[in-house]
Amino acid sequence: MSALLIAEQVLNGLQFGVMLFLMAAGLTLIFGVMGLINLAHGSLYMIGAFAAAAVAGATGSFLLALLAALVAAALAGALVELAIIRRLYNKDHLDQVLATFALILIFSEGTRWLFGSFPLYLDTPDWLSGPVRLPGGVLYPAYRLALIVFGFAVAAGLWLLITRTRLGIKIRAGENDREMIAALGVDITRLYTLVFALGAGLAGLAGALVGAIQSVQVGMGEPVLILAFVVIVIGGIGSIGGALVAALLVGLTDTLGGIFLPEAFKLFMDPAKATTVGSAFASMAIYILMAAVLVWRPTGLFGARG
Amino acid sequence: MNREALFNTAVLALLVAVPTWALWADEPFTITLATRAVIFALAAVGLNIALGLGGLVSLGHAVYFGIGGYAMGILAHHAQSYTPLMEWPFLFEGTKSMPVIWLAAVLASALAALLIGLLSLRTAGVYFIMITLAFGQMAYFFTISWPAYGGEDGLSIYVRNGFPGLNTLVPIQFYGICLALLCVVLWLNWRLAKSPFGLALGAARQVPQRVETVGLDPMRLKLVALVISGAITGLAGALFADLNRFVSPTMFSWQMSGEIMIFIILGGVGRLFGPVAGAALYVLLEHLLGGINEHWQIFLGAALLFVVLFGRGGLVGLVAGREQAHD
Amino acid sequence: MKSKTLLAAAGLAALAASAQAEVKVGMITTLSGGGASLGIDTRDGFMLAIEQAGRDDVEVIIEDDQRKPDVAVQLADKMIQSDKVDLLTGIVWSNLAMAVVPAATAQGLFYLSTNAAPAQLAGKGCNPKYFSVSYQNDNLHEAAGAYTKSTGYAKPFILAPNYPAGHDSLNGFKRFYDGELAGEIYTELGQTDYAAEIAQIRASGADSVFFFLPGGMGISFLKQYAESGVDLPLVGPAFSFDQGILQAVGEAALGVKNTSQWSKDIDNEANAAFVAGFEEKYDRLPSLYAAQGYDTANLLLSALDKADIADADAFRAALAEADFASVRGDFSFAANQHPVQDIYVREVIKEGEIFTNKIVGTALEDRANAYVEDCSM
Repeated sequence: MSALLIAEQVLNGLQFGVMLFLMAAGLTLIFGVMGLINLAHGSLYMIGAFAAAAVAGATGSFLLALLAALVAAALAGALVELAIIRRLYNKDHLDQVLATFALILIFSEGTRWLFGSFPLYLDTPDWLSGPVRLPGGVLYPAYRLALIVFGFAVAAGLWLLITRTRLGIKIRAGENDREMIAALGVDITRLYTLVFALGAGLAGLAGALVGAIQSVQVGMGEPVLILAFVVIVIGGIGSIGGALVAALLVGLTDTLGGIFLPEAFKLFMDPAKATTVGSAFASMAIYILMAAVLVWRPTGLFGARG
Repeated sequence: MNREALFNTAVLALLVAVPTWALWADEPFTITLATRAVIFALAAVGLNIALGLGGLVSLGHAVYFGIGGYAMGILAHHAQSYTPLMEWPFLFEGTKSMPVIWLAAVLASALAALLIGLLSLRTAGVYFIMITLAFGQMAYFFTISWPAYGGEDGLSIYVRNGFPGLNTLVPIQFYGICLALLCVVLWLNWRLAKSPFGLALGAARQVPQRVETVGLDPMRLKLVALVISGAITGLAGALFADLNRFVSPTMFSWQMSGEIMIFIILGGVGRLFGPVAGAALYVLLEHLLGGINEHWQIFLGAALLFVVLFGRGGLVGLVAGREQAHD
Repeated sequence: MKSKTLLAAAGLAALAASAQAEVKVGMITTLSGGGASLGIDTRDGFMLAIEQAGRDDVEVIIEDDQRKPDVAVQLADKMIQSDKVDLLTGIVWSNLAMAVVPAATAQGLFYLSTNAAPAQLAGKGCNPKYFSVSYQNDNLHEAAGAYTKSTGYAKPFILAPNYPAGHDSLNGFKRFYDGELAGEIYTELGQTDYAAEIAQIRASGADSVFFFLPGGMGISFLKQYAESGVDLPLVGPAFSFDQGILQAVGEAALGVKNTSQWSKDIDNEANAAFVAGFEEKYDRLPSLYAAQGYDTANLLLSALDKADIADADAFRAALAEADFASVRGDFSFAANQHPVQDIYVREVIKEGEIFTNKIVGTALEDRANAYVEDCSM
């Protein structure tokens, strides 16, 4: 296996990782601030992708499509928060799981009702199509490279938002002590709606960005949702930095595991069987990673102790 | 008799009356639906021991459900294809006998629960929810890509397994078996809740420190609860496989784990008959709404939301009021 | 348990030309969730044929299996026990078919497959009451292997998801392509990102790529492949080149070769009537699944004209004659009751604003399947 191939695969792992981060950041914020398990986060990802496909189809502009994804998902998030989610903050996790599971059913079938059962068309913009040659000779799709850069930019932006702005101070205060910030006179309901909309917007943006190189269809959100949960649990719930580290870890494990595990099994099995067994273990790799991390550190890598 | 006991009696009466009516009216499919509800109820009663008594929110109970299913699938598959399951240390050719299959299902899922419990009970809260989900996903992806027993295609068992003295292919007789097992397990659950173990477990859920001071290990109590819980859900899995004469990896999916949890929340967490009422209601909703139009899942979602937002304590809570405080 | 529905049909009998009993058909297919578009096309194609024939002695009961095997089994139980149907059809997915078909035929019902045709049901598990009207699952992959070989590609890279149909796919391909392979990989089922696989293709020194990735997996793969700059010719079975899928893939699919036993430009009267009728009624182009549903309904109607479905032997013989105008042209059944038919090579083209397929050659002529010998009935 050549160094070029490994370099390309590491880039793939990074790209997958930063997209997972966009999903996980919102999820972990929402959990950290409001203590809510939101299974419907994947639906917001789907809404972003569908909004982008619809706007790109109508206007032909990719940037407008991204904007639409952000706005549509944030709006949907804010509406759901106002109508339903805020009634769940004081309930236990069990009720939250059931209610947001119900929201998945409603969002998925509702989208199918509106857009039909066929996958939609959404493509990368012309100015980012095709591959570029990186120093060292790796040929890599320009769009994926842009995703990596963009993902890290969003991570940096979030970091600035949380450490340097008034909103960030409130968010951090909310994570530490919910009663306290209410006592300080912060309008907590508005803060909650804002945080939820922010998380939703990030999910929608991820949906649109990934939708351009994957298929935009109903149900696209659930597999990503599960992975995003794996990420925030590994990283430690509520920790944005933890989410970033864990997202990259999961992205790299998934990508590299898929390649190296079958090769590793070939060392002591016959090749045809090694391919099957190796792929079987590769598909379980991130869950094994997660279980191992939790057994070692029961509150994740960067989670608060206790 | 208090209202909850009255409610429980009514549920039990319905579980006997509806299939009896269906038999009389020659509506065999109603019996099939009732069987489905009873098996789901059994799976949920299993989860309710971990969830209601032990406070363990396991989003991975599909693991035990699936293991039970595959215990049936693998044993019956070897028996029907005449390929021995193992030749060493003794020759075992699989079996088509329900009691043997149940034993295997219970043992295998209890063992799995023990292993998963040992690892996952180190965590708590959301982390526990997620680590159990992770084990579920592992089992799911493993069965999909493991070719020996059909992979994603699953295993078809052409004839339902046998029970001494009964013809299990007759819907009402198979229903009788499932209902009898449900009653036995409900009785066990009731005894368990009142036993010293059950009381200690309840205390470990509410105030772990208090349990520790009297010299009990809350971790061990929870582990035992999880093992019993997994074993019961595993038994339900074996029955579900026999109902469909088929097993596949979907029994391991996280949606399945979610559904088992929904039965409990619909019916009432920690209530003896909560899972039974919840599973029956869910199967009924699924059947009725499915007839309305192809977007029926919207209505199912709306119904579930309604229960969470307005129906505190599920069906049992609605009818019988909040549980009497026991501390 | 099966009652003849003679009385119920009495009112309609006057309308039917021949004096037959009303026939109840149970259709179990996927109408909600992820794979719904395939089931909807199957249903629409089937119902179009019934409507065009003007037959109101055939009652079709349609239920949604949600792509869940246990739901499919229970629907089959319901249709057999409560609706008392005479025949089942419609299942899209092989794993659902494996859950339903053996049980249904064991209970004496006919099953006509509109799509799924796994090897188990073609070989040792074949059954006199089971007919596949679509193909045998391996057929399109075999054709892709034959096409790859005849084109002179010497080092294809092949990939499919890691599940039974994926294994059958690569084995089918290798049955007709016996040369060297640049690589062979199994991807995760439902995978959405193929960057890692594409990198392996790039590094492998392959001269062509064969892939079997149905549904959303194919959309993702094609879009990402086009972005990657890997410029090797692609070959695949028709599943990733459906009318619905092509519009979602767009330019990235142009020029790709795919194998299919049907195409909308097959030149015969039945196909012309089907394509025009489908477009008129549903306002979209038909897919492979719609064509298979349409053929299944017409086969059923042709057999009903010849025999009473209650007389199983006669009805089976009538089905086996395949005396109907297939949209695929020549069509007959092999000994194991799977089709003998031509399998074409198509190329993805753009017609105006619509992406669609055009036949460019024939990969296999009068192909039956590899399991005829294993089937003893």
